[in-house]
Amino acid sequence: MGEYLMEAKNLHVSVNDTEILHGVDFAVNRGEVHVLMGPNGTGKSTFGFALIGNPKYDVTEGSIIFDGKDITEEPVNDRAKMGMFLSFQNPIEVPGITLSSFIRSALEQKTGERVKLWDFKKKLKETMEVLQMDPSYAERDLNVGFSGGEKKKAEILQLLMLEPSFAILDETDSGLDVDAVRTVSAGIEEYRKRCNGGLLIITHSTKILESLAVDKVHVMVEGKIVKTGDYKLVEEINNQGFEQFES
Amino acid sequence: MEEKTYVEDIDRSLYDFRNEDEDAYKLDEGLTKEIVLQISKEKNDPDWMRELRLKSLDIYNSLEMPDWGPSIEGLDMDHIVTYVRKNTKMAGDWDSVPDEIKDTFEKLGIPEAERKSLAGVGAQYDSELVYHNIREDVAKQGVIYTDLESAVHGEYADMIQEHFMHLVPPTDHKFAALHGAVWSGGSFVYVPKGVKVEIPLQSYFRLNAKGAGQFEHTLIIVDEGADLHFIEGCSAPKYNVANLHAGCVELFVAKNARLRYSTIENWSKNMYNLNTKRAIIEEGGKMEWVSGSFGSHVSYLYPMTILKGDNSKMEFTGITFAGKGQNLDTGAKVVHMGKNTSSYMNTRSISKGGGISTFRSSVEVKKEAVDSKVSVSCSSLMLDSISRSDTIPAMDIRTPRADVGHEAQIGKISDDEVFYLMSRGMTEEDAKALIVSGFADNVSKELPLEYAIEMNNLIKLEMKGSIG
Repeated sequence: MGEYLMEAKNLHVSVNDTEILHGVDFAVNRGEVHVLMGPNGTGKSTFGFALIGNPKYDVTEGSIIFDGKDITEEPVNDRAKMGMFLSFQNPIEVPGITLSSFIRSALEQKTGERVKLWDFKKKLKETMEVLQMDPSYAERDLNVGFSGGEKKKAEILQLLMLEPSFAILDETDSGLDVDAVRTVSAGIEEYRKRCNGGLLIITHSTKILESLAVDKVHVMVEGKIVKTGDYKLVEEINNQGFEQFES
Repeated sequence: MEEKTYVEDIDRSLYDFRNEDEDAYKLDEGLTKEIVLQISKEKNDPDWMRELRLKSLDIYNSLEMPDWGPSIEGLDMDHIVTYVRKNTKMAGDWDSVPDEIKDTFEKLGIPEAERKSLAGVGAQYDSELVYHNIREDVAKQGVIYTDLESAVHGEYADMIQEHFMHLVPPTDHKFAALHGAVWSGGSFVYVPKGVKVEIPLQSYFRLNAKGAGQFEHTLIIVDEGADLHFIEGCSAPKYNVANLHAGCVELFVAKNARLRYSTIENWSKNMYNLNTKRAIIEEGGKMEWVSGSFGSHVSYLYPMTILKGDNSKMEFTGITFAGKGQNLDTGAKVVHMGKNTSSYMNTRSISKGGGISTFRSSVEVKKEAVDSKVSVSCSSLMLDSISRSDTIPAMDIRTPRADVGHEAQIGKISDDEVFYLMSRGMTEEDAKALIVSGFADNVSKELPLEYAIEMNNLIKLEMKGSIG
């Protein structure tokens, strides 16, 4: 391969002048599934936001390389156009635009071409079926009045429709019941089939991982990745928790 | 060809073009008895109208300028031209309208809109209507839609005399008095009993002359059980001197009738918009206001509804967008007199670039208006820290048997929302415009599609270059 799809080098990130991440190294190849685990408040979401480019998260040192390009200074919308995606832990409600037209305009932004309405509708319908979403959600305002579970499904729907080459799923499974977690997992599996993209799954539960082939597991504690391993690491954490990693 | 109502992107030049007014007939600046008499003579007023003008002038001179709202110091009444007329007569077919004026309205998309979606159109250029037309099938239903000047003399003269400035008397305030003295142009609509006008009528007001005032009068009578949607649009090119708009709208909604009155106002930002609108509703009638205020330098605008009859209703849906250099004081008033009456106000105000947007409401429930319901809901969105938004609600409830609700929200555009939208590839500008359009959704949902599109275009236009 030689070159990674996405690579963070010695990433230091501050929020309001307080350093949260103290030098994180991380790399994903195309088609790989990485899992980031760790106790609450350890910097996992910060890492996700820094990768996608939330302006509140200051990269004070280090760099982010995506598709061979240094994107450390690129604004979030350009990263999105290059093929990065973040599934939000708390998706925002936006009245005035329907889920369907939002996805369509995002697609058009990305490709710079007009999306054919008929093809789009068809694909949207099929994808919503995979996620067991009621088709009426497509014509509802983006996330407005959606339940927690529907919001998460709507995020995965966007993932499947936009087909990014690298996606970060930030606690997509949190607050979901068993069935919804299974549906979301099926959505992630579908994404892998469609795109062979790279995935970073941030979670502190392991339910969502059961049906996925995980390539690497990283444990983050206090703003650093303290251990990287394969799926066995998940089992270890399941049995013993994070205490063993904390100093 | 740019068209106002049907384009995706409009630019400022669409509203900003101006025509030279060398060949126009213009009265001198300022306001004197001579000028008022001259206007009256020009219009060949009946005696009662001339008397009303002179009485209004006296009232105007005796009243003080309002001292409670945005500053109108920049408005020097001695230099406002009250009457400007192009050397043309009103036309009933589009081809007879002089080219220059025709071109103006064509740029604004008026004849296009008429062909597509309107039952009738009136177009006013400076002080006079230049075009008035109503679809034949609508005219056959007995609907009258004409300029007010000819109505004063025609078949409906008595009806005009009976209603004209009875709802908004010249004593109401200084600019109502001014209006009474120098009014010119505007429309008269009468919808006979039981007639439902399926598609809207529209009047478009264009003020082209520099340093002039526009004082059009709109008088609408919707008779028992009838139904009408009336749309009003306004625009003007920008000049570096003050222009004044002091129009007056009087709406009479009879028993079980319904009137919807929609306005998209986009005056240029040197305009003082001191407009008065009022409706009186009889038993079981319904008044619906939809109001979008985007333009003008200073606005005082509070459409008022008098719920006179039992079971009458009103709904007011409004949006105000104040940008740099704008101080827009808008809202609504309602008086509940009849039993079991209801009013619902739902407004949004947006301010950016140092603009000031104030929502002012007044609700009065009389002792007799038992079992009435009042609901006032207003939200404000400030797009930056230099802009201002105020809410000034007043309520005077004289019966314990009324159900009154009020909610107000003031907020700023949230970084999280912008970031969320941008994370899907949207530019910051588009993300903010989308959030603002969503915030304004209450109004755009109430507008006919092409006006909703126009409103969204206006929002996009306002949002351009607002980043940073």
